[in-house]
Formats: sequence, C-alpha cells, structure tokens
Amino acid sequence: MLDLDTSNTELSREELERYSRHLILPEVGVEGQKRLKAGKVLCIGSGGLGSPLLLYLAAAGIGRLGLVDFDVVDHSNLQRQIIHGTSWVDKPKIQSAKNRILEINPYCQVDLYETRLEASNALDIFGDYDIVVDGTDNFPTRYLVNDACVITGKPNVYGSIFRFEGQATVFNYEGGPNYRDLYPEPPPPGLVPSCAEGGVLGILPGLIGVIQATETVKILLGKGTTLNGRLLLYDALNMKFRELKLRKNPATPPITELIDYEQFCGIPDAAAEQEKTADIPEISPADLKERMDAGKDFVLVDVRNPHEYEICQIPGATLIPLSKIESGDGVVEVKALTNGSELIVHCKSGMRSAKALAILKEAGIEGKNLQGGILAWGDAYDPSIPKY
Amino acid sequence: MAVTVLIPTPLRAYTGNQESLELEGSNISEVLDNLTSTYGDLKKHLYNAEGQLRNFVNVYLGDEDIRHLDKGQETPLSGGETISIVPSIAGG
Repeated sequence: MLDLDTSNTELSREELERYSRHLILPEVGVEGQKRLKAGKVLCIGSGGLGSPLLLYLAAAGIGRLGLVDFDVVDHSNLQRQIIHGTSWVDKPKIQSAKNRILEINPYCQVDLYETRLEASNALDIFGDYDIVVDGTDNFPTRYLVNDACVITGKPNVYGSIFRFEGQATVFNYEGGPNYRDLYPEPPPPGLVPSCAEGGVLGILPGLIGVIQATETVKILLGKGTTLNGRLLLYDALNMKFRELKLRKNPATPPITELIDYEQFCGIPDAAAEQEKTADIPEISPADLKERMDAGKDFVLVDVRNPHEYEICQIPGATLIPLSKIESGDGVVEVKALTNGSELIVHCKSGMRSAKALAILKEAGIEGKNLQGGILAWGDAYDPSIPKY
Repeated sequence: MAVTVLIPTPLRAYTGNQESLELEGSNISEVLDNLTSTYGDLKKHLYNAEGQLRNFVNVYLGDEDIRHLDKGQETPLSGGETISIVPSIAGG
C-alpha cells in the first residue's frame, strides 16, 4: 500500500457533505477520503484520456493534481476531450483543464506544467507526486513516462487507444512489470497511425480514461485488486473486454537513466525519410487557381483516403489514395490519367502527396505537390472546406 | 486442428478486414506461418528482417504471452485454442 501521510489532513464540514457517498462506503470512509486528499497525482497530457480521468479525479477529491501539457485546444479535440469547451479553442489546454477542475471541486490544488515532458525535466516533476497517469499520445513520451516512473519509483497508470480499441494496465506497482516488459521496443515511425491519421471513436478514451481514474483511486485507497500484472483490452466496436497476463520479462535490461527517446523511437529516421521528398517541386494554391481559371491542361490527383474525399474536394480532382500508389496499382492509374498533361497532386496538408510524388518519380512520372494541400486551398479560395 | 487467431484493428488492413481467422497448425509457429503465407503483407509487420517476431507485437496463447511459455513459438497446439496478436498502440 502506498505510503501516504494523513496525520495533518482534515476534512471540513463542506468536504464531508461533498464526499458523503464515499464516506458511507466501508472501503473508503473518512480515512480513505483523507488518503485521496493527501494524494498527489500527476497527469501527463490533458487530451482524450486526460480529460475524463481529470474530471473524475477532481470530483473524487484528490488533493493535488499536476498537469503536464504544452498544447492548445483545437476544434478537432472537442469530439472527445470533454474537459475542454468550445470557448477554450486556441487557448492552453492546461488552463482550460484547471478552470474546469476548480469548477467541479475548489478543494483540489491544481499545479500546471506548461511544457513538453522531456528527459531533462521528467525526474524533477515526477518527484513531487505519488502516482503518474499516462495520457500521452506518442511512443517517445510513453517510454519516457515509463522510465522516469521506474527511476523515481512511482506507479504508472497506463492507458492507450487506437480507433475502437483500448489498452489499460498499472505498471511499476508493488514490484510488478513496467511498459518495457510488455513492449521492449516501439514500432518504427509511420507503422502505427496516430489518432490524427487513423481517427478515434470519441467515446473510447472516455472509457479507458475512467478505468485509469479508477485504478488511481484504488491505489491511493489501497483497496481492491489493481490491473498490476494484467493487460486489459477493450474493443468498443464489439463491446468486448479481454484480459491478458503481464509478467516481468527477465530479458528487459534494468532502467537506470533516461535516454534520448526521439532517437529510441526512430524519429531521426523519419526526418531522413522526409528529406527524400524535399526535392519534389511544389505549386502554390494561387498558381493552381491561375491554371484553373485559364483553362490550362493539367491533371489534379487527390491521394487522400475515400472517407476524406467525402468530407471535401477540390473541383476536378481524381481520387487515387496513397495506399493504392504504394501498392503499384495507383501508379498505373496516374500514368494513364496524365498521358502527357501536367500532373498536380494534393492531400490534406502536403505530406502524403509528397510521398506519392516520390514514388511516382521512381516510376518516371514527374509532378508538382500542392503546397499545404486541400487545407491551404480552402484557406485561400474555398471557405466551405473544413479543417478536419 | 484449427485454432482461432484474433487480428487487432491496426493489422486488419492486411487480412481483408477480418477480425478473426481459423488457421491450422500443430504449434504456434506453424499457425503464424500459415497466417503470413495467406496474408503476405502481414509478414513485415510481425517479423523483422532476421525472421524474429517484432518487439512491439505480442502474441498470446490464451492469456499467456508466448515469450513466457517454456517452448515459446514451438508450443504444441491441440486445436480450439485462441491466439491473439496484440500490437503496441500509443493514442491518447
């Protein structure tokens, strides 16, 4: 059981009323509620997972909540990041989250770290807390959170999501396994799409985040059986829960210091990959518009996915998804389509179209990349195009 | 001696969107060989260049990680078992 000093923790009459449904639970009671109040929980990220878990941890009466995030609220966050409201778009997430937490529970102390979690600051920040909750959205930060938890001896309440599936467990608790015992290495960049690329059901992080909040409260109370040693899998589409055994792996090297996590996750390789597309010629939205207005002969290819094409299009564009170009079929299609005409390729913001053009170039087809993709086109000429 | 292989969302693009497959094999290794010979694009997602299972894709027999089975991938199967592939995901 986590060592928490409750000798100086008192609950006021207002707090006793607020937490009365907890107090009448024998597993919580006044002593348990004092443990929650004495508890210090650090949440990394206030996005899809962070939103629901912070709301419930605040309501449950956790005495001190630390928030690490450097991001601002975006319109595309609001479908799942329920701690943030529409009026907070373009403002810092941690300010928005603090505002909402204090509205729910003014007895909660909220400490903000408006920074990216780095190897240089993680140990200092973690040192002040009893439990760390991982609500991040990328592999480098997940390995950093794990390693920093192992070094500072903090339980790591883990959750992660992809499209309709979620995983949750508790790492580094009571001598149990950590993230590296589950996955010794991250996948190379680009192999597993992020939520921004792959999409995510908005409700999914709600459920996984609430599981993380539940485990956090149980660890503070010292009650029940946590997910330590068990990996919980959730499939929202089929509404199925499964549980797998999670053990320490004797082959896992001991974690003694923090490393360069970008490098560990192969991010510099991704930068090298980007250089391959650096010499692809570009065309501005203005130049494309000029060609359209002048009725010039050119072929416009859209390499996004069909469901993105459904959201918005540039007039006259032919859909040939990048995956089709990668598999070779699309290359043949583009060749037949262009037949000597000038080729212009676009995607959402210019990354995938550059990749497509690099593949086409190898097949002897030259073309130009629309700068900033359909989003830049929308900014310049078509306000009906949403920033999806 | 067919066993059920559960395919996770990120890899379903390579199995024609099938969530679960019935495959033959007398041990785990044979089942995975059958899987990757039927769905060739899966191979590079499951194995590295040296032909070893990748470190960010876990394979479970029932609820046990095959890394922790005495015979690992050579663990014999009697039929009816469930093999799950569980890759690392990071969304939040």
